[in-house]
Amino acid sequence: MNGWIGTFLRIDLTTGKISTQPLDADLARDYIGARGLGTKFLFDEVDPTVDALSPANKLIFAPGPFTGTYAPSGGRYNVVTKGPLTGAIAAANSGGTWGPALKYAGFDAVIFEGKAPKPVYVWIKDQQVEIRDASHLWGKTVPETSDGIRAETDEDAHVACIGPAGENQVLFACIMNDLHRAAGRSGVGAVMGSKNLKAVAVIGTGAVTCANKDRFEQVVMKVRAIIQQHPIGGTGLRLYGTDVLTNVLNEIGAHPTKNFHDGYYPTADKIGGESLTAKVLQRPKGCFACIISCGRVSKVTNPKFKGQGEGPEYETAWGFGSSCLIDDLDAVTKANYICNEYGMDTITMGSTVACAMELYDIGAITKEDTGGIALEWGNAEAMVEMTRLTAIGVGFGKKLALGSYRLGELYGHPEFSMTVKKQEIPAYDPRAIQGIGLNYATVNCGAAHVRGYTIQPEVLGVPAKVDKDTIEGKPELVIKYQNLTAALDAAGACLFTTFGIGAEELAELLSAVTGVEYSTDDFMKCGDRIWNLERLWNLRAGLSAKDDMLPERLLKLPIKTGPSKGSVNRLPEMLPIYYERRGWDASGVPTDARLRELGLA
Amino acid sequence: MAKMLMIHADKCTGCRNCELACSMSHEGAFRLQATSVHVYTWEREGFSVPMMCQQCNDAPCIKVCTPNALTRDAVTGLVNLDHAKCIGCKMCVQACPFGNAVWDEVANKIHKCDTCGGDPQCAKFCPSHALEWVDDTVATRDRKRAFASKFKDAFSE
Repeated sequence: MNGWIGTFLRIDLTTGKISTQPLDADLARDYIGARGLGTKFLFDEVDPTVDALSPANKLIFAPGPFTGTYAPSGGRYNVVTKGPLTGAIAAANSGGTWGPALKYAGFDAVIFEGKAPKPVYVWIKDQQVEIRDASHLWGKTVPETSDGIRAETDEDAHVACIGPAGENQVLFACIMNDLHRAAGRSGVGAVMGSKNLKAVAVIGTGAVTCANKDRFEQVVMKVRAIIQQHPIGGTGLRLYGTDVLTNVLNEIGAHPTKNFHDGYYPTADKIGGESLTAKVLQRPKGCFACIISCGRVSKVTNPKFKGQGEGPEYETAWGFGSSCLIDDLDAVTKANYICNEYGMDTITMGSTVACAMELYDIGAITKEDTGGIALEWGNAEAMVEMTRLTAIGVGFGKKLALGSYRLGELYGHPEFSMTVKKQEIPAYDPRAIQGIGLNYATVNCGAAHVRGYTIQPEVLGVPAKVDKDTIEGKPELVIKYQNLTAALDAAGACLFTTFGIGAEELAELLSAVTGVEYSTDDFMKCGDRIWNLERLWNLRAGLSAKDDMLPERLLKLPIKTGPSKGSVNRLPEMLPIYYERRGWDASGVPTDARLRELGLA
Repeated sequence: MAKMLMIHADKCTGCRNCELACSMSHEGAFRLQATSVHVYTWEREGFSVPMMCQQCNDAPCIKVCTPNALTRDAVTGLVNLDHAKCIGCKMCVQACPFGNAVWDEVANKIHKCDTCGGDPQCAKFCPSHALEWVDDTVATRDRKRAFASKFKDAFSE
């Protein structure tokens, strides 16, 4: 096989049995890899009703056919499992060098099963795979763990690991690789912790081959030029990082503020990408094979929030910033560092602190609950402290570790939780941008922006501007972006390449590297197939149409100030059309005809 | 006037497209052990430096190469490696002060930058211009100008 390696690894942590299996060529063709292949494995092997944190759940790491090649910014991998935050399928996605290393070691995926009797890490050196004791690493942060494992394996080993948050099963713990890259959402790190699996370290000396070298190089050069000439893909993201979006979104009144009480934050600029570049940026950084370099190597010298690392991204700056009514960039960046070091999703953490601030504001929680901390709107020090307490699992941090939905429920106000399927909504206000609201409501892994990024057409005019306030045509637009992203994730590509290219170019790249011809339609159909399979799995897990719902606040509480004042999201009008266009029945269940079309029945 | 691969470490993002391009053009596959350019990354500081053979004028590798597989090209000034003559003694690996001659046990051979015959793929694939294939005089002129401008900023006004 080309692009694919043709082998995947299975590790039963309960028994310690390690085996390899050949990758079926038809399966690879239909599900591509990464998110697609992981979903197929999970669908075939895991009962959707299992407890996400039980040994019966499986944890699947999978890069795609682009991973390890020079397909532009195509070095990613996905972690697919049942998410403990959501109870739905989780597919968290990360860049860095870990995915390519797994391919070079000779594997298209690793499936972890069961639960190790004591803390372990797995060391993969090409075909040599060992389960090793990790008792001495348990309790260590991500940098400490990475250093420790390298010291006893290889100094160039690529380490994906959990921090203390994953061990403590914080419901939004992530898996970190290359110190700063995160498979971030839905609590995949908690699943890893529940399996007593501290880390997976890899070094690979093998090759990833490509079917047609000349054709691949030609397509790659063409595609690179398109992305590099793009004002966002080629320039904006490198100069200002994803946080360039703060001012863009705020200026149109679509920047959720104070736990979605508003859509406009007058001082948002202080935490925006331009301020980041001026104040804390050291240099841009790229993931493996990246040509965009949106990564932010940063440093905070302010003694109160001193630290060094990477970030913040737009979502992070918003979650710890605007969402909590905080415009202190140093504090926001510090909270980001804590999340990276302890392994937590910054979106859920930020939004959960915002929910707690709202609970505190109305008196549903008091200083007695918070351990004496005045959790007032805008209190930057309190926000950082809450993040730290969650990371180390102390005091009120134990409550925050449940995420905003369970926190709100615990104190009698689940309506303060800005979530879909119990996962926190990211930083694009669906009242000001209709399509993204429909996307949040229907994403299989719970609210996420990177599973149908309609912000491109609705806000940024990429590839062409679509009216953000209309609901006309939005169901079709959302479906298109969701399918595209599913296929793109499966290939191992980075979403940001779509600041330049689309399905046509991605299909060309995939055909050239694998030697399997994908037309644009074939590629999109793979995405559609993956989406529907995720949906089927969720339905069997017990989710239903009632979970395709935005918080009431976004449907009924109009934005108070700014350019989008007065608007609400019109999800109830869009959702039935979305179901119909998906080929699903009125209760959101894929019809047999639709499943047959996709080869799923 | 000779050309050289100019390394601007301050612009390197650590993406390793150079290694991928090198491996693909020389070995026909993406295998990072099979490259003549290597990116060294300090993960905490997020700082990366690409390194490859500097085609030394007084090259230690040539001096220690007993079978004369490594020789100076009189026309280009580059250090050429003739794989047919190489006996795999790895003395060049020992001698290179920069670690830029590398033994590849899979392919059973030495990797050392050959500038892709005057069209280095690493520079072509570098997305941030951290690697540039330029006339040697231009290379140093630009760097002098960049440094001199710091004096200008400090002392003008």
